[in-house]
Amino acid sequence: MELIRIRGVEKQYKNGVTALCNLNLSIKKGDFVFVIGASGSGKSTLIKLLHREERPNKGQIIIGGIDVAKLKNGKVYKLRRKLGVVFQDFKLLPRLTVFENVAFALEIFGLPKDEIRDKTIKALELVGLKNKAKQFPNQLSGGEQQRVAIARAIVNGPKLLLCDEPTGNLDPDTSFGIMKVLEVINNMGTTVVMATHDKEIVDRMKKRVILLDEGKLIKDYAKGTYSNEVA
Amino acid sequence: MIGRDIRDAIKSVFRNFSLSMASISCISITLILVGLAILSSYNVDHFTKLIEQDFSVFVYLDKDITDEEIAIVEEELKKNNNIVQYDFDSKEEIAQSMMETSDVLRNIMEKWEEDENPLNDVFRLKLKDIREVKTTAQKLEKMDNVSLVDYGEKIVNNFIIAFDVIEKILIIVVLLFIVVTAFLIANTIKLAIFSRRREIEIMRLVGASNFNIELPFIVEGLILGIFGSIIPIIIVIYGYFSFYIKYDGQFFSPFMRLVVPEPFVYIVSLILVSIGIIVGMMGSLRAVRKYLKI
Repeated sequence: MELIRIRGVEKQYKNGVTALCNLNLSIKKGDFVFVIGASGSGKSTLIKLLHREERPNKGQIIIGGIDVAKLKNGKVYKLRRKLGVVFQDFKLLPRLTVFENVAFALEIFGLPKDEIRDKTIKALELVGLKNKAKQFPNQLSGGEQQRVAIARAIVNGPKLLLCDEPTGNLDPDTSFGIMKVLEVINNMGTTVVMATHDKEIVDRMKKRVILLDEGKLIKDYAKGTYSNEVA
Repeated sequence: MIGRDIRDAIKSVFRNFSLSMASISCISITLILVGLAILSSYNVDHFTKLIEQDFSVFVYLDKDITDEEIAIVEEELKKNNNIVQYDFDSKEEIAQSMMETSDVLRNIMEKWEEDENPLNDVFRLKLKDIREVKTTAQKLEKMDNVSLVDYGEKIVNNFIIAFDVIEKILIIVVLLFIVVTAFLIANTIKLAIFSRRREIEIMRLVGASNFNIELPFIVEGLILGIFGSIIPIIIVIYGYFSFYIKYDGQFFSPFMRLVVPEPFVYIVSLILVSIGIIVGMMGSLRAVRKYLKI
């Protein structure tokens, strides 16, 4: 079943830079998709369009029945509640503990306290950080911080997880740990779309790979590797 | 949900203590000035009302006036829009009341024959707007059978006009202060929110609706408004009470009687806390809206 459908999408920033042009893409439910390409190829723009941080100038983006391109500013939360986003810079709140950072995403729904606690602990267990729940983000390593961010992104059980260079700041071993977590999440049924330029990871995972170059879709391989795409 | 927002807002007030203090003192200073302005403008208005209450215009009628002619004058008075009330004192009634005031007068006046009474019949008028007294008096003087129109001290009228000017200036000052505070608070809270724009960004990212995000900030503005009005209210209540007691309820002269403190100061306090809350909430909302366009 199709989860994301992108038709004829164009994105031009106000400064005149064209980030994406005439992009067509379909992503099935439960897929794990890498979006690769050089800097400025439009990877991050694609992720931003998918969680409606940016709006396309042209075209249609449908995620789980929501017309993302037409979503009004005041209704963006309806989309965001159905997906999780993970960034290169983690975006954790430094004054909240690990537990509070993750619970933050549930508290806005007004769930009962017990439910928030149970779900938060479950998410922390999944990323292997249950024992660090009471620590603050600056007491953790980069990899651990990214796990917290992933836990926050999946704590309300989204259908889709978007990752924008989640391993960009991490060393190879740590990065691979993160990928294992993402794979587990994917195996549980969550669709994962990840923008990256980390060759090793893409080669090792053998997942669907989408190559962008100057805003155009160049190649789309079912079980691709980074090396043969770029070379 | 609301409970959590209130808890978070209080936490945030203390967490951003220095900025909160800046907002609170900003609100406090303005509310003190606004409070003083309200107290004085209301008192000035009160002086005016008191003077107006005591103020009467006397219309002296011609000596040889008949009852029919009196009725005609009365009709004319009824038609005048600026006259809210009139009483008729016949010369006999006036003579009677004068005789009651002293025995000397009685001895003289008792000897008068029926048509020897040198007094005039009088209409006592209360005016709607005593600022118009001059034109009204001129109009009355032109009427038939009216010999003289008198309205006490002319200086009273000048006082009223002066009070009017003072009151208008004070009202402008109050409004100006409120507008300035609203801006100051919006800016202070903008600073406070600027340091929390990351929090707002993340809230939006994890699916908080705009209202979810605004609510704690609105509550925070409300709390700042309440905290900011505490000192002004204390100053207004204690200040006015001690002022009232010190000057014995009047301002320099007996005809400038001060407004009785109770419940006046409590109403002013209520006004101040309302202004504080509204200004705090509006400022907060204005500032947070800026960051909701992601």
